[in-house]
Amino acid sequence: MTLDFILGHLNYWLFIILMMIGFYIVVARGNYIKKIVGLNIFQAAVFMFYISLSKVEGGTAPIFPIDMNIDPQVVYSNPLPHVLILTAIVVGIATTSLGLALIVRIREEYGTIEEDEILEIESKLQSDENSTEGASMGGRA
Amino acid sequence: MDSAAILPGLSIIDQLPLLAVVLPMLAAPLCVLFGNRHIAWLLAFLASLFSFLFSFHMLLQVMDGDVLSYHLGGWAPPMGIEYRIDAANAFVLMLISGISTVILPYARRSIAYEITKVSHTLFYCCYLLCLTGLLGVVATGDAFNVFVFLEISALSTYVLVAMGAERDRRALTAAYDYLIMGTIGATFFVIGIGFLYSVTGTLNMVDMAERISTLEDNRTVQAGFAFIVVGMGLKAAIYPLHLWLPGSYTYAPSVVTAFLAATATKAAIYVLIRFMFSVFQPEFIFELHTFKWILMPLAILAMFAASLIAVFQTDLKRLLAYSSVAQVGYMILGISLASKTGLSAAIIHLFNHGITKAVLFMVVGAFLMRVGGSFTKYLNGLGKQMPITCAAFVVGGLSLIGVPGTAGFISKWVLIDAALQKDLWWLAVLIVLSSLLAVIYVWKVVEVLYMKQPDETRVLKEVPYSMLVPMWVLAIACIYFGFDTDLTLRSATVAAESLLSGGIK
Repeated sequence: MTLDFILGHLNYWLFIILMMIGFYIVVARGNYIKKIVGLNIFQAAVFMFYISLSKVEGGTAPIFPIDMNIDPQVVYSNPLPHVLILTAIVVGIATTSLGLALIVRIREEYGTIEEDEILEIESKLQSDENSTEGASMGGRA
Repeated sequence: MDSAAILPGLSIIDQLPLLAVVLPMLAAPLCVLFGNRHIAWLLAFLASLFSFLFSFHMLLQVMDGDVLSYHLGGWAPPMGIEYRIDAANAFVLMLISGISTVILPYARRSIAYEITKVSHTLFYCCYLLCLTGLLGVVATGDAFNVFVFLEISALSTYVLVAMGAERDRRALTAAYDYLIMGTIGATFFVIGIGFLYSVTGTLNMVDMAERISTLEDNRTVQAGFAFIVVGMGLKAAIYPLHLWLPGSYTYAPSVVTAFLAATATKAAIYVLIRFMFSVFQPEFIFELHTFKWILMPLAILAMFAASLIAVFQTDLKRLLAYSSVAQVGYMILGISLASKTGLSAAIIHLFNHGITKAVLFMVVGAFLMRVGGSFTKYLNGLGKQMPITCAAFVVGGLSLIGVPGTAGFISKWVLIDAALQKDLWWLAVLIVLSSLLAVIYVWKVVEVLYMKQPDETRVLKEVPYSMLVPMWVLAIACIYFGFDTDLTLRSATVAAESLLSGGIK
């Protein structure tokens, strides 16, 4: 693994680091809003990966001249990943807003958005159910 | 250029691949605009019914191995988005739209009990969007389009699950968990598509498959495969990735559970099959290793572990949810055998389990409506008080076990046949043994329904006909497809053939 290899793939390293940061936050944090933030970072990393793919060395913005006299010497970047990611960003926003809306409702019902406190409330509900309805394995088996 | 090749045909028949997907999508905002729950129901039902008729027509067209190709906006693939209907996805399209059409009449009374009236129009809107997403995932031949439709269906599913919060607040956290895991799954899928795009420079599945076929040793292709399998595995609830499923199915409104159990995981399994056998070549060494060392052990684990957990549940809804995880195991097992028979077994089980689980969850919804809970304690002796509903449960239960004469038997038969063709007799034994676990948990419920003394103080009557009829339509389908296997077995075989020998041409 030479320095050239590392520098030549710089965008991929950054993508991997950012993605892992986001993924770690989703898994490790107990606060529901922080989880959503982590999810956003995770998704943003993927968006950047796509966009860095579309860069062509020496390429310019893929806009044809208005008279459509295209100079074959000019190199254009690939516009397709941008379009895809525009769609993915919209999906990401929808997911974030829905997640936040759910958090508002969870806060109304449980009075907290910390995962451990919610799990405590739920396991109490579960054990109440078990004592009245008969034991079950249930839970997160 | 030949204009006929670019422009979609002019007759309505040529537009069917698109119409089946777009009709529910157009009906969804109309539901909200009219703002009346009766009109919303009618719109939802009509959209779903026409989708079903279109899908059925397409299935008849492609039954002998033809392929329908629809070019969106007249842009020819691989540049434009293509909807590509062959026997495999026409069959799944028919299952999804058919289940939806049968469930909607049932939904009316069931959600009247479980959801406040104000939210009904929004419910139908989300339901239709979910249906659009699932149909789109299956119909499209464009890899990125799969992701977009996947998220349309997933987002509306989260909302539908959260609607169960009126009965139990745990629906909210279940929906939140599902949202986090579903989004991670979908994002993994996008990363996989990105890897494949960076290698092949195309998003059209057929085009992609051609270019991948020479790139077996390419590390990027292998990484893309891994991301797609894990991402879709999350959506399909393959055993260790199933954590979102029991909670969502238990706390979602009954109609939603019935619909999701019959369709959502099935669409994800279809995408898995499509990518594993059409886009990637099943002969790739890394794919064969995945089948043998990852999917098959996980499938067997699911068949036993999830069934075993189901045996110890006291909440009927949660019991059936775990049984769903186990049944997904059978489908994955069929896939992992990587043979024509194995693949037909997976596809036919996808269909048969869809109708079976829909019946069972609809029965649970009927119980819930009459006795107010789905814990087995409430169900004592219901067999005498609600005989017609309970009989539907027995039929569904028998099909779940795989008793001869029911749809479930056919799929297990084909699966065992596939295992024996590969000389894996121990696998056939395991399939039978795990079915015995299904006998235990189904019997447990039947015992509660028929052997226990009913609570004489409560007066129960059957649920309304609008709920009984859909339930029995599917229950009879469970028996019918146990005897007449022409439609199911033939489409599954044709589908498997087209997937294996080149839905790619």
